[in-house]
Amino acid sequence: MQTRLILKVLGFLLIIFSVSLLPPLLIGWFDADGTHLVFLQSWIAVLVLGALMWLPNRKKSDDLRIRDGFLIVVLFWLVLALSGALPFMLAENPHMSVIDAVFESMSGLTTTGATVLTGLDALPRSILYYRQQLQWLGGMGIIVLAVAIAPVLGVGGMQLFRAETPGPMKNNKLTPRITETAKALWYIYFGLTVLCAMLYFAAGMNLFDAIGHSFSTLAIGGFSTHDKSIGFFNNPLIDTIAMLFMVIAGINFSLHYLAIRRRSLRQYVSDSEVKAFLLILATLSVITVTLLILEGTFEDTGVAIRLGLFQVISIATTTGFTTNNFSYWPGLLPVLLIISSFVGGCAGSTAGGMKVIRVELLLRQGRREIDRLLHPNAVLPIKLNKRPVPDSVINAVWGFFALYVISFVSLGLLMMMSGSDIVTAFSATAACLNNLGPGLGDVANNYQSISDAGKWILSFTMLLGRLELFSLLVVLTPAFWKR
Amino acid sequence: MKIIILGAGQVGTSVTEILSREAGGDITLVDIDEERLSLLQNKFDIRTVHGHASYPDVLREAGCDDAELILAVTNSDETNIAACQIASILFNTPKKIARIRATEYVSEERLFAEGGLGVDDIISPEQIVTTELLRLIERPGALQVLDFANGRIQLVAIKAYDDGPLVGHHLRALKDHLSNIETRVVAIYREGEAIMPDGDTVIEVNDEVFFIAATEHIRDVMSEMRKLDKPVRTIMLAGAGNIGFRLAEALEQKNYKVKLIEHSPERATEVSKHLKRTIVLVGDSADEELLKMENIDKMDVFCAITNDDEANILSAMLAKQLGARRVMSIVNRTAYADLIERTMIDIAYSPKQATIGSVLPKFRTGALEAVHSLRLGTAEAIEAIALDDQSSKVVGRRIDEIPLPKGTIIGAILRGEEVIIPHHDTVIVNQDHIILFVQEKKHINDVVALFQVSAFFI
Repeated sequence: MQTRLILKVLGFLLIIFSVSLLPPLLIGWFDADGTHLVFLQSWIAVLVLGALMWLPNRKKSDDLRIRDGFLIVVLFWLVLALSGALPFMLAENPHMSVIDAVFESMSGLTTTGATVLTGLDALPRSILYYRQQLQWLGGMGIIVLAVAIAPVLGVGGMQLFRAETPGPMKNNKLTPRITETAKALWYIYFGLTVLCAMLYFAAGMNLFDAIGHSFSTLAIGGFSTHDKSIGFFNNPLIDTIAMLFMVIAGINFSLHYLAIRRRSLRQYVSDSEVKAFLLILATLSVITVTLLILEGTFEDTGVAIRLGLFQVISIATTTGFTTNNFSYWPGLLPVLLIISSFVGGCAGSTAGGMKVIRVELLLRQGRREIDRLLHPNAVLPIKLNKRPVPDSVINAVWGFFALYVISFVSLGLLMMMSGSDIVTAFSATAACLNNLGPGLGDVANNYQSISDAGKWILSFTMLLGRLELFSLLVVLTPAFWKR
Repeated sequence: MKIIILGAGQVGTSVTEILSREAGGDITLVDIDEERLSLLQNKFDIRTVHGHASYPDVLREAGCDDAELILAVTNSDETNIAACQIASILFNTPKKIARIRATEYVSEERLFAEGGLGVDDIISPEQIVTTELLRLIERPGALQVLDFANGRIQLVAIKAYDDGPLVGHHLRALKDHLSNIETRVVAIYREGEAIMPDGDTVIEVNDEVFFIAATEHIRDVMSEMRKLDKPVRTIMLAGAGNIGFRLAEALEQKNYKVKLIEHSPERATEVSKHLKRTIVLVGDSADEELLKMENIDKMDVFCAITNDDEANILSAMLAKQLGARRVMSIVNRTAYADLIERTMIDIAYSPKQATIGSVLPKFRTGALEAVHSLRLGTAEAIEAIALDDQSSKVVGRRIDEIPLPKGTIIGAILRGEEVIIPHHDTVIVNQDHIILFVQEKKHINDVVALFQVSAFFI
């Protein structure tokens, strides 16, 4: 462990993060509601903390080792969640307790979208903007951003990059240089966000809402500036735009990169993960809409289609926007939707969940075992996009799946121990582990009723989901700390 | 500059390692060995593509459309040629360099001319390693011998012994000892530390002295540092790989008595077909009985050149123990090369450095003729051409007016056919070939920039 080097990188990342406190500061100053002081204090605190870590160690330059990389990523997310919570604690409205503020900040950064706040419409605009921005930064990853703007991390940057980006195969760089890859990802992310904001604005949102919602849409976050979420606008056009961009953000960003570079959409058509992703969304939509119509939940068929489609896409991509409280929907629908969030979006997207590609590989592996019973001597490689997948990847996917299930079950049990009923406990764990947001039971709208212990558990769960288990769990193993 | 390197073998990896650390070297490495690629990708900031190097699809995926340079260094000449040809037909890649081993191809010049195979430049690292080893064998006492200006000028590293006439004297005395010979001592390493030499520096025993002189004077200068060994007659080589075979071939042409040990009977049979007078022995180069039976104690030089560093080092030590006069070993791992410097092995030669030295000038545009690594890559010697240009920082200036970085010395100048050992008031003219010694590698970019008309990389 190279403590001073780790401190240097952490300090540096914090200094970069501190810049993100300036836009809400400006908004608070513009609105003259007194919140600019909150953000000024937070900015100075984060900046000073970062400088204290960076300055004494800035001359340290050594290659980051594997362990350093993991530790930096985990520590950074922790420090970020804590320092990101500062404005929530310092502000008069909302004046949040430590755990509530950390929960809110963690939920923002991990793009979960679970909130303990109500009465959003009455909050200062600076705080609302800040929440949306947290999601946006966490979506593509603030470490990826740091790698993009600070080439100094060098090969070590690659380490950090891989610990933060989702998906089972992380060796597919878009460009030779990691800095360029990170830049390309952020350009696309930024471009799509701008486009989304303009469309929201054109569809009738005001500028503030348009920008705020474009942040949480592209990040697949789910925070809104209104208690009623997207349902507040009650505008079919806005629903459609949101659905479109949730799907786009749920697709692997390397495909967007290739599509832009080669100016063709062929990449999407030939990618098996995207096909599976769209197939899953389509199947879920058909089931949901059919059931809603058959059960007569909504009087109007058009409304059923609109609300059904929106909720399927919002939950299955792990966004968590709501236009209707789906926990009251009939039959299997609430549970079906929560389960669909386990699959989540594509690898390399901003979505949570286990990722479509992993599920696809698991299913094909299962299929292979059945085929093997029929043809005991057959050589049956598992192929993805016409290429055989190395066994090491498949093993890693199995390991991931096993840990995911174990994490879900044990964290759910812990939640029950902390005082939640079974539906609330397990749906909240699923919603946090998959970075989804809304759950069922007591957490269908917000997480206020969860006990403090429960909120700490869920905060950990959100981070576990965002870092895709391994990066966080490896730091928790005793072997990691042995010399 | 976007560079695609085909083949992640010795050469491909070495070049990747160097270029990926320099700004502007965007490298995509292609190979069929997926495990090797993921290993390298974890080590260096590069992109890797898995596939057959000459397939158009693979080249396309590697970004051949907008790559500026392709370096084809796979194991197969044919793959290298095919890849260059495909790149020039399908992707119009501006520059294509291929490694070609077989002299059968290389000797047909028209193949590589305009409108030929699409290969703009051929590199042959094995050839260079062979030549350098040959020079080391032929110059007993030298630790490193580098050619400049088409062999007119050489840079030699030599260890000073107490039987050398100059040892224990000021460098200034060199002029009196060798009245009509001009030479320049560019660096002295004493116990691993570099000393900037001037007239008052006293040469001590065990100093490593680097000097530059016209090739015909090298022997005289060397004899000032140590009593020269008697000329080499008998040589034993261990390992009949590409380099071992070429070296044996070159040595037997020069009438040395060569014995070549190879452990694989098939390979031994194969090379024995092509060699005329060399005795090819099948066996283990670390087999004491075999070495004794073949009179290792009568050998002037024993040179271990297998692919296996450990085997090389051990067999060279064994040979020395058994009485070989001078033993050499090629060592690829830099860590080992440092380790064995103080053992009984006389010369540890790193083919990696030579390889890189032969390839790197192709990547650097403009006025660079040659780049050679010294002392395991900590120092470099370069040959640059002074080109007259409005902005030139060298042409028309006196040497003491050129802003050279610290530790950099101009050792020699080739002007037309004349070798000049410059003094502080020598004025550089257009088209001078200047041989510089750069003590610290980090200054190399500054030095190159002095001679550059455009930027370091295109």
